[in-house]
Amino acid sequence: MRVIVFVKATEDSEQGAMPSAELIEAMGKYNEELINAGVMVGGDGLKPSAEGKRIAFDGTSRTVIDGPFAETRELVAGFWIWEVKDMDEALAWAKRCPNPMPGPSELELRPVVSMDDFAENMTAEGAEIHARNEQRLAGA
Amino acid sequence: MAAGETHRTIEAVFRIERARLVAGLARYTCDVDRAEELAQDALLAALTDWPNGGVPRNPGAWLMAVAKRRAIDGRRREQMLERKHAEIARELDDGRHAPIEALEAEMDDDLGDELLGLIFTACHPAISPDGRAALTLRLVGGLTTEEIARSFLSSEATIAQRIVRAKKAIGEAGLAFEVPRGRERAGRLASVLEVIYLIFNEGYAATSGDDLVRPALCAEAQRLGRILAGLMPDEPEVLGLLALMELQASRLSARSAPDGGFVPLTKQNRARWDQLLIRRGLAALARAEALGGADGPYALQAALAACHARARAAGDTDWKRIAALYDRLRQVAPSPVIDLNRAVACSMAYGPEAGLRMIDEISGAAALRNYAPLPAAKGDFLFRAGRLPEARRQFEIAAGLTRNARERAFLLERVRACTPPGSPGAPRVE
Repeated sequence: MRVIVFVKATEDSEQGAMPSAELIEAMGKYNEELINAGVMVGGDGLKPSAEGKRIAFDGTSRTVIDGPFAETRELVAGFWIWEVKDMDEALAWAKRCPNPMPGPSELELRPVVSMDDFAENMTAEGAEIHARNEQRLAGA
Repeated sequence: MAAGETHRTIEAVFRIERARLVAGLARYTCDVDRAEELAQDALLAALTDWPNGGVPRNPGAWLMAVAKRRAIDGRRREQMLERKHAEIARELDDGRHAPIEALEAEMDDDLGDELLGLIFTACHPAISPDGRAALTLRLVGGLTTEEIARSFLSSEATIAQRIVRAKKAIGEAGLAFEVPRGRERAGRLASVLEVIYLIFNEGYAATSGDDLVRPALCAEAQRLGRILAGLMPDEPEVLGLLALMELQASRLSARSAPDGGFVPLTKQNRARWDQLLIRRGLAALARAEALGGADGPYALQAALAACHARARAAGDTDWKRIAALYDRLRQVAPSPVIDLNRAVACSMAYGPEAGLRMIDEISGAAALRNYAPLPAAKGDFLFRAGRLPEARRQFEIAAGLTRNARERAFLLERVRACTPPGSPGAPRVE
């Protein structure tokens, strides 16, 4: 199964604090372990929400909201994509992650939905458009 | 935490560590059975210790330390009994108190070398091909005999027997669980790749049974491929095989219809292709090519799969490029099956007559006798050429040959499509 592991933001990450040399090294080793075990298939870190934007939808109106966003604990500072046998395995891997932040922090593990889960509401046209878009996304 | 949950947590940790643990112990004891036993002992020790003391900071090193201590105790007992040799006992005693930090450093140092050694040993040519696959799934994938039996639609007894024979072959050949160097390496690596691809294909193109694909087996092979690519990042064919598997697996869910039926490539809903896997496959292929491996058999097959991955719709498929890639592939890995696929590609690129001409040249090949895809392809060429009665006959032959129930249903559907509406006669299968 595929799981996304979110690194939740903290005050530090939102202020753009650079990780220490030790953490960079520890995280590198951890990623290496994930790769060597065939678990990690993708991932990236995110810049603070100060550099992000939000679009609020209400009917036909679209409102742009500039970052930073207030509710720090709900923000995301980075993510991995893992392929694991089950959530137990994902948890076991997540527990051995070095603490990604200087202070208390949190990882959130969420199983990924696949296109199959939308099959009921997928028309031929919808499928065609998704195919086109996602292939472009893949660089194919 | 409830006891059941604690056990599950510990077992999940153990699953992560198991392959490296068995690999280290196999090299240490030169005995796979003993290595598996010791690993199991270490798990039991963890199940006793960890619920109270918590999971240690480096669980892999902890498990290894416990297992090695047991191995030393066992060996010391034997030797004391046999020779009462005080010198050896003292020497082993020193080892017994080796600090965990030393073991940790040792485990970091080997950089997966022991795991690689285990993979190479499980895939050694001295073992029969089906034995290699079973042993690799057991030792490296950590599957139980029962899980392997289910994957290969075999009985547990058959798989257990295969594993016993494979272990015996390792013992008889005196294999030391090491990574081969020098001239031996290339041949041995080819055997490793063959085993992983065999496991993948058993999942992808399930040759028998009711299911068309067994995704768990594909996932296991992909994981093995990713592990191998992590351990041997500069081997182009390792990357080629990984690319091939990622690209083929990207189509797994699109290949079966909601009722479980088979959906051919050109009819698949491409929105259901897994774009993450395509991206990974294309990246691995690019790395293989950058390392000078463009003409490796796996890289060429991955390049073929990439042609499909790149086509936004079936009609956009670059069949001429595919036909040209098959021309190169049959140079480096000649096989009647590749010739057959080449005929299919040419029929798509240059018309069904071109396909028919090529298929006539190869239909005498012994390897293709009773091979369902041959009449299925011929039937398709004839169908597209408008020669329906002949096409129908070929689809009937193909349906009679395939051992896969889903594929048979698909071929019988094609038989029906050859029958003009209103004409008598139900599909005939022999």
